[in-house]
Amino acid sequence: MTRVVPDTPQPEASDISVLSDTAFLTDLRRQMVKFATLQLSNGQHAEDAVQEALMGALKNAKSFGGRAALKTWVFAILKNKIADVLRQKQRMVEASSLLHEDEEAEDFSELFDHKGFWQSDEKPATWGNPQNALHQNQFWKVFELCLEALPGNQARVFMMKEFVELDSGEICNTVGITTSNLNVMLHRSRLRLRECLENTWFLKGERA
Amino acid sequence: MMNCQQATRLLSESQERALSLSEKVSLKVHVMMCSGCKNFSLQIPFLSQAMKAYARGLDEAVEDDVKK
Repeated sequence: MTRVVPDTPQPEASDISVLSDTAFLTDLRRQMVKFATLQLSNGQHAEDAVQEALMGALKNAKSFGGRAALKTWVFAILKNKIADVLRQKQRMVEASSLLHEDEEAEDFSELFDHKGFWQSDEKPATWGNPQNALHQNQFWKVFELCLEALPGNQARVFMMKEFVELDSGEICNTVGITTSNLNVMLHRSRLRLRECLENTWFLKGERA
Repeated sequence: MMNCQQATRLLSESQERALSLSEKVSLKVHVMMCSGCKNFSLQIPFLSQAMKAYARGLDEAVEDDVKK
């Protein structure tokens, strides 16, 4: 697998074609908006962040060897924009949207019995060597679907932690929750994401 | 003794903070005896790894387009 290394720009005639490749730009923009909307829970803020990130990157499009490098770069910028917006926008999740925790409490009884042990059909299975999946395009489609299937708040804190790479204190501050709330939400999001990946990818075909 | 709900919670938290010695010990004992939690303990770091690979801009998916 050859990786395009962003810091070795190879200006070529093809650079221009990135800018005129409407299909590529449309697709890129769509992915960015999807990601930003999930993070910011506000369509307008998401559009603004995407707009800025895209403009910034395209101005320098000539320095990129190709679409992959440009995409890596544009997502790095977007990530920083989102972190900025999140830092400015304290307590962006209104109290009301955290009240869904009641419905989410059911999750645990689906997964664990009354003593807190795995229900027999919910026990995590062996995934073998999951790293292989990282090289398969189809896996990323499944991964995206599983991320989108997470309840909004869980998806948001999970992505703040693992994608935007904010630390726990910063997430709690931004969202206005306690560390204990955060740990519960991350625990749930990992249980769900794991289950979704297992059922739709790692055990596909093995368990009818 | 620790149950699976508590064990998975601690395994999840170990991504956010260093566990105490007693937490580590009870977790270790549980995971040794529980295949479900053992598998879970291997999957948690993978989720983080996958998320970071995804964050790098899904460049592998795009690379294939570029090669065409």
